[in-house]
Amino acid sequence: MNEEVMVGGHISRQFDLELDEIRSRVLTMGGLVEAQLDKTLEALREGDSEAITDVENLDRKVNALEMQIDEECTQILAKRQPAAGDLRMIIATSKSVRDLERIGDEAERVANMVQHAFDNDASVKAFKGLLSLGEHVKELLHETLNTYARMQTRSAVINMRKDQVIDEEYARVLVRLVNYMKKDPDNISDALDVMWAARSLERIGDHCINICENVIYLVEGEDVRHRAIDKVSEQLS
Amino acid sequence: MNKAQQSMAEIVKETYQTVGLPLLDDPKIRVRNANVFYADKQAIFDVNLDIGKNQVISMIGPSGCGKSTFLRCLNRMNDTIDICRVEGDLLLEDEDMYDKKIDVVELRARVGMVFQKPNPFPKSIYENVAYGARIHGLTDNKVQLDELVETSLIRCGLWKEVKDRLNEPATGLSGGQQQRLCIARAIAVNPEVILMDEPCSALDPIATATVEELIHELSENFTICIVTHSMQQAARVSQRTAYFHLGKLIEVNDTSQVFTNPEHQLTEAYITGRIG
Repeated sequence: MNEEVMVGGHISRQFDLELDEIRSRVLTMGGLVEAQLDKTLEALREGDSEAITDVENLDRKVNALEMQIDEECTQILAKRQPAAGDLRMIIATSKSVRDLERIGDEAERVANMVQHAFDNDASVKAFKGLLSLGEHVKELLHETLNTYARMQTRSAVINMRKDQVIDEEYARVLVRLVNYMKKDPDNISDALDVMWAARSLERIGDHCINICENVIYLVEGEDVRHRAIDKVSEQLS
Repeated sequence: MNKAQQSMAEIVKETYQTVGLPLLDDPKIRVRNANVFYADKQAIFDVNLDIGKNQVISMIGPSGCGKSTFLRCLNRMNDTIDICRVEGDLLLEDEDMYDKKIDVVELRARVGMVFQKPNPFPKSIYENVAYGARIHGLTDNKVQLDELVETSLIRCGLWKEVKDRLNEPATGLSGGQQQRLCIARAIAVNPEVILMDEPCSALDPIATATVEELIHELSENFTICIVTHSMQQAARVSQRTAYFHLGKLIEVNDTSQVFTNPEHQLTEAYITGRIG
């Protein structure tokens, strides 16, 4: 395949600039969302309430970027009538931005529960049991943003496998929490909060996978949603 | 010629096989190894393409890519150009269109054509539609002819607009109406195929939408090949799209695929506005 053709810009340089701007804004948004999760885990690890305020402030920026990128995608659809790779880029971006915003929301939800635990002297220790899951989710988010930035379908598939590991870890956390509740009914209220937080972390993994699927659609034109990972992997090889 | 363009020319040079699905079962028109020359200059290279019955196929590509030349081969319009030479097999329902025994006038009744600029005859609206039927002797009497004119105008959505002024000159109609009149004139002789060479490029957006709607309706009964510079138009009106570049047929695929996920990098470059 001749690289010159594929990387060659549009005849309309303005269109190139518009697409570049959207791309860079998505990456900025990704960075902010990553910082939200980072701060949430920091709050959990260090018991730092300030970090939780940061998560909330970041969320406002993330929401504003989501709306801005959506508007820019709408403008491109209206003005440029994009086709083929350009069309897929707009569709995949518009979807991914929604997933990024939801990741930010989930991080904020976890942060709020951690705050609630601090406020009520609830068992912060039970929350700390989520740190390992959180770190793995953070790593997956980081890899997902790299996948988007580099448009790599191979790493998209690797990320899908990582999410499976996260799902298994989430299942183990649930078992632990159930046992904790069984031990003493007084634990139930705290354990439920931790369970919701674990659920939010696991959902972040799912949103990452949505983004990876969007990257595959963007690059290959293949819609791989609801398909077994092995099949996806086989198809892309 | 800049570096990127050079490399595209090289890609075309190295493309020997059309990608996608250029061939069909039981097509209306079958083209094999078509080569077209203007004197010594080759304009079309080894085109193999089937055109499906009652389907709309659009031909797209940069200026000078050969799409109009190819379209004009399909009813031997190129015969009118002395220096033009067509080689290969071009079959209409398995009949060789270039067989010496073929009556070209009759062929063009079976394969009608609508041009870029509306070109009504300098006659009345009625006479424009009736003309073909008269020379081909399709009707026996005035009543039948009236009926044919009315039906053709109804099918083109023009009847209501012109029924009270059938005897007025066709040139008094608006551009969009004239183009629909030309389509009515083409379908009055009951063709099997209608070739359209940029039929909307001289029309405003409203008239364009009307003609596109008409193309959609006509495709129930006719096979339609349309050359267009508007990619959105190709996307809207056709089921299959053929992409030409420097005289070669690069890709043929379902329109829905071509505009979302084309197979060939040149098709992608063209429809995303990277080459003009």
